[in-house]
Amino acid sequence: MSRPVRLSLLVALSLAMVALSLAAGKQWLPWAAWTGQDPRWAIVIELRVPRAILGAMLGAALGLSGAVLQGYLRNPLADPTVIGVSSCAALGAVAAIVLGVSGAAGGLGQFGWAMAGAGGAMALLGLLTARAESPVVFVLAGTVLASLAGALTAFLISIAPNPYAVAEAIDWLMGALTDRGANDVMLAAPFMIVGTLVLLITGRELDALALGEDAARSLGANLTRLRWTVVLGTGLAVGAGVAVTGVVGFVGLVVPHVLRPVFGARPSALLLPSALGGAALTLAADSLCRLAPGAGEVRLGVVMALIGAPFFLALLFREGGRQWR
Amino acid sequence: MALSLDSVTLDLGRRRVLDVVSANIAPGRVTVILGPNGAGKTSLLRVAAGLVSPSAGSVAIDGQDIGAMRRDARARSIGYLPQAGDVAWNMTAHNVVALGRLAHRNAHDAVAITAALAATDAASLADRRVGELSGGERARVLLARVLAGEPEWLLADEPLASLDPAHQLDLLDRLRAVARGGAGVAVVLHDLALAARVADDAILMAGGRIVAAGPASATLTGDALSTLFNISACWLDLGEGGRTIAIAPR
Repeated sequence: MSRPVRLSLLVALSLAMVALSLAAGKQWLPWAAWTGQDPRWAIVIELRVPRAILGAMLGAALGLSGAVLQGYLRNPLADPTVIGVSSCAALGAVAAIVLGVSGAAGGLGQFGWAMAGAGGAMALLGLLTARAESPVVFVLAGTVLASLAGALTAFLISIAPNPYAVAEAIDWLMGALTDRGANDVMLAAPFMIVGTLVLLITGRELDALALGEDAARSLGANLTRLRWTVVLGTGLAVGAGVAVTGVVGFVGLVVPHVLRPVFGARPSALLLPSALGGAALTLAADSLCRLAPGAGEVRLGVVMALIGAPFFLALLFREGGRQWR
Repeated sequence: MALSLDSVTLDLGRRRVLDVVSANIAPGRVTVILGPNGAGKTSLLRVAAGLVSPSAGSVAIDGQDIGAMRRDARARSIGYLPQAGDVAWNMTAHNVVALGRLAHRNAHDAVAITAALAATDAASLADRRVGELSGGERARVLLARVLAGEPEWLLADEPLASLDPAHQLDLLDRLRAVARGGAGVAVVLHDLALAARVADDAILMAGGRIVAAGPASATLTGDALSTLFNISACWLDLGEGGRTIAIAPR
């Protein structure tokens, strides 16, 4: 099967997941409800379409940035959480909740604070790694940023003025697409689209890096530009995603792994498939969230970890680590 | 015409790894770089390849400073084979060799890749994954990666590490064939007998300086090598015109 055929199948899968995401929920919507006078049309337009768009964008951003970071760090364990952008964006959002400014400027408050957190993480990462052109320093700096942001987030929650803020912050940290509307899409989309496009152009230099930094430079790769491209792209795409949905893990780690045997191990060959696969996985998990028994929904971050972790373990057992040796 | 280093000094942190070094790598010849560990051989090669900028001095191809060249142009001109032959992802050998064309990417790519695989006798390995290759096969594929770029200059850092004697001789013969094809080849070696076998020119280094350079016949003398490595080295006649270098502790 050639690459275009495999890509087409992946596109078809993603579209099927979009359809599932529009149909599935406490209220199942048959095809008839999508087309006309049916009053349930409002559910589709006002709730499910924005949610599906946001889920697809978030999944694409997470899957793609996972593939880019794994290629950049030459490490199959990398994903957006290891470079601290998610944690810092989360810190910004939690700060907005705890300080009671999340609704400021017509709902822009929390988004702005989260993006400021992501931006701060990007700037710090860029500066910390500017002097040592090495992926090892990059991942160390990111890990330190992530733990610092995690500690500050816990600190903010523990000094929160009232239990409602605590509940809201913790609930938000689990990550969800629940009740996200067109406003959220409009806020996040520009950043996520630009970030995704920026990440998609890194392929050639990621390929060169497979041979090591010296060989990559000797092949004409500009590693300084690549570092800033990776930081900027991940910061925009993942930062904006986290700013409206909270922290959703596992997509960036799992999706490139699942697709590597299908599309080959060459980093550039994995970028577009990982974006598509991330979108499909996130939409599937979000649909599952809504099918939980009871009145409420399970959080997307929780579902993702619940299906992601066992799946990943099974993959490790089956492969026996073959593709990484 | 040459790849030349002019009074190059390189400081890494507070350590001076190259101390006012001038050297020439000539086209069509194999230049062997020899010296004890820490002599600055790899640094010399990295500076010559444009991977690090010298703290002082300059590196030029036919008088044109390589620091002023566009990245892609420099990549097309100078091929660099690093010491550690790791490939991060378990790609096919063909994909690895194709990386050598990253700075080219034109209609000639497929021809160059096929030719490079043939020149290293690696055509049969093309569809195998690098993780499944033996050390000798991987070394040939990595050499093919550099050759695919059709460089005018090929700089190889200890390409024989982890190869058995037959594969060492085989790889050196391939490097020599590249030089006979017109490219300037510089190679860091540790085995004196193999160095003597392949070298047209030699550069002897110690403590970040060049202690001798020139045609191999004049530089690779028993006395020079004895002093350089603090050993006893002498030429042995093998009969029928064959000669090799024998070494013993001092």
